[in-house]
Amino acid sequence: MTGPAPGKGGQGAWLVRGAALAGAGAGVAQADGPADILVRGGTIAAIGSGLSQAGARVLDADGLVALPGLVDLHTHLREPGREDAETVETGTRAAALGGYTAVHAMANTDPVADTAGVVEQVWRLGRACGRCDVQPVGAVSVGLGGVRLAELGTMADSAARVRVFSDDGRCVADPLLMRRALEYVKAFDGVIAQHAQEPRLTEGAQLNEGEMSGRLGLAGWPAVAEEAIVARDCLLAAHVGSALHVCHVSTAGSAEIIRWAKSKGWPVTAEVTPHHLLLTDELAAGYDPVFKVNPPLRTAADVAELRRALADGTIDCVATDHAPHPVEAKETEWPEAAFGMIGLETALRAVQQAMVDSGLLDWDGVADRMSARPARIGRLAGHGGPLAAGRPASLTLYDPAAPPEAVTPGASKSRNTPFAGMELPGRVVATFLRGVPTVLDGKLG
Amino acid sequence: MRRHLISAADLSRADALLILDTAEELADLTDRPIKKLPTLRGRTVVNLFFEDSTRTRISFEAAAKRLSADVINFSAKGSSVAKGESLKDTALTLEAMGADAVVIRHGASGAAHRLAGWVRGSVVNAGDGTHEHPTQALLDAFTMRRRLQGAGAARGKGLDGIRVTIVGDVLHSRVARSNVLLLSALGAQVTLAAPPTLLPLAVDSWPCAVSYELDSELPKSDAVMMLRVQTERMTAAYFPSVREYSRRYGLDAARMARLPEHAIVMHPGPMNRGVEIAAEVADSARSTVVEQVANGVTIRMAVLYLLLGGTEFPEAAAEVSR
Ligand SMILES: [Zn+2]
Repeated sequence: MTGPAPGKGGQGAWLVRGAALAGAGAGVAQADGPADILVRGGTIAAIGSGLSQAGARVLDADGLVALPGLVDLHTHLREPGREDAETVETGTRAAALGGYTAVHAMANTDPVADTAGVVEQVWRLGRACGRCDVQPVGAVSVGLGGVRLAELGTMADSAARVRVFSDDGRCVADPLLMRRALEYVKAFDGVIAQHAQEPRLTEGAQLNEGEMSGRLGLAGWPAVAEEAIVARDCLLAAHVGSALHVCHVSTAGSAEIIRWAKSKGWPVTAEVTPHHLLLTDELAAGYDPVFKVNPPLRTAADVAELRRALADGTIDCVATDHAPHPVEAKETEWPEAAFGMIGLETALRAVQQAMVDSGLLDWDGVADRMSARPARIGRLAGHGGPLAAGRPASLTLYDPAAPPEAVTPGASKSRNTPFAGMELPGRVVATFLRGVPTVLDGKLG
Repeated sequence: MRRHLISAADLSRADALLILDTAEELADLTDRPIKKLPTLRGRTVVNLFFEDSTRTRISFEAAAKRLSADVINFSAKGSSVAKGESLKDTALTLEAMGADAVVIRHGASGAAHRLAGWVRGSVVNAGDGTHEHPTQALLDAFTMRRRLQGAGAARGKGLDGIRVTIVGDVLHSRVARSNVLLLSALGAQVTLAAPPTLLPLAVDSWPCAVSYELDSELPKSDAVMMLRVQTERMTAAYFPSVREYSRRYGLDAARMARLPEHAIVMHPGPMNRGVEIAAEVADSARSTVVEQVANGVTIRMAVLYLLLGGTEFPEAAAEVSR
């Protein structure tokens, strides 16, 4: 599909010249200066200085950062069922443009991805598109109903090899069902990714409960509704000794609870979205539902704590929660509007702004939080780096010095980006998936 | 004045005084035998009501008609809106009809904000969800000023030093939100008296005081405003029972007796007699309920007049230019 097929010798080979390596693993730090990356036959053939390869195409990476291909643990691709909002095709195009080489497709499709049949369908659609690996997430409960366990083992054994299970969009609120799910997936090294939202405390909830919700007369979504579930689930994970992943942590309190759970050595991981690292509930003042998301945008104090928690590793990774919606789902009154924002194409730029430009994280840190750790949590052996000889040549070249530019519509079928018109720094220059460029010069290959 | 009236927060003290003073002028004029003024002749005012509220709709309708505007009542119930037409499409329809002003009542907080982004005419918020109801606050301020400062002497004055206690379901009340903003802008000292469950979590950021108790507030109140208790709150654990609510926060004759001699009792209506207000209080001489309704028409005339920049109304025009 994109570019010549990888072949022997220099055929289809790429020589990336003079990139600053991030996530190169032990011994090769950014400080060692720019290096060349020789990509051949789908793998990284060599890394060093002054490399050459007859017949290889050369990409001048002067000033660019080379990161292992980004991995998203939390993407809503909407197919099957809501192809008006996004498809696997359009979603993976957006992912590639954002520097991603693998995304986890959430299970809240229609039909729900709660059987081997549906997860295999999504997995095959991803393979057919070929721009970005699509790893389906399986539902925890049948139809996301929160009552009966879905056939987790059958999904794990399917061609899609599901390891992450989530009812995302809804919380597995029943403590017994959550306990059983956590326990059950131990049999195949699975992880339960929880959308932490106590349902009774968030009936009709619209916006972070605080000064803004009181002023705007919108029903509040209290921080405690997230934190109560996070705390409960950390205790359950410890009790049964199984892996819990907390989706889209949005409050300072949740970060503190996770820090405490990790200090005990409990098997808990967590993600934060780019929008929760940059935006606050103040943006709701004009009632534009483009800022309506679940969990909601919180306060500046929460944003500061989430950044700190991502920097110190309490929060393991950045995940987009890319949630496309058609125009009519947002061009309406706030309470009627759908929750969610798209984010694949802007994630790295947003993280640069929130974490790198603020001095909280270096590019090795970004490689860890946006590639290595999400790949590890998602059990994706072929992703996450390190950028080292012999590894799959899935990588992202990024220009952090590109002048800040206003965010404009991209490849996603939907337009609900909260960053529209906002200036973000940086630019994804190229993305390679197993040696094949999916994006070159910032454009789809 | 801005183009729209969506939130009481949009009104400076000067804006609010201009509306109140214009309403005084209009009250004088409408006291004459011929109630109709030609000022908005040829202008179209649409009443766009997504919630049943006959009282508010009739009040706006009467106000627009007394200014000779053409009035279109667009009730969303049973119309294309009920069949799933979006607010945006409705807005585009109103645009096509050439609405100079749209008065909107809607169950969703922020609906008036959204509408204002889609139409060229002026938007008047007649109540959006649990957000605001600014003309209610204006008519309440007008009523207070007339009663407590004297109708003739009130012009140009704010509500400086006047102590107002607003009682009840503040959390879900658009009337309370607009009143806190407007009354404080006019210099009043506002206290909210309610059970903690019916106050917003961050109410300490509002320009008012808060009390969980009503009795202690009554002797220091010049006006008490009783909010309606919505029946659906009774089943959602906001308070244990209606009986306990009225016992702690209802205004009965005994409580009314604790008020200063001059104090007034207000209610935006419709009242739940026997719940938040006892019948003998509602019907007492302190009660301004009926005046509030009459003042509502006058205030809405002033708002429409000022927003639409009416002509052929020399007295108020002179007032405006001051
Ligand atoms: Zn979620």
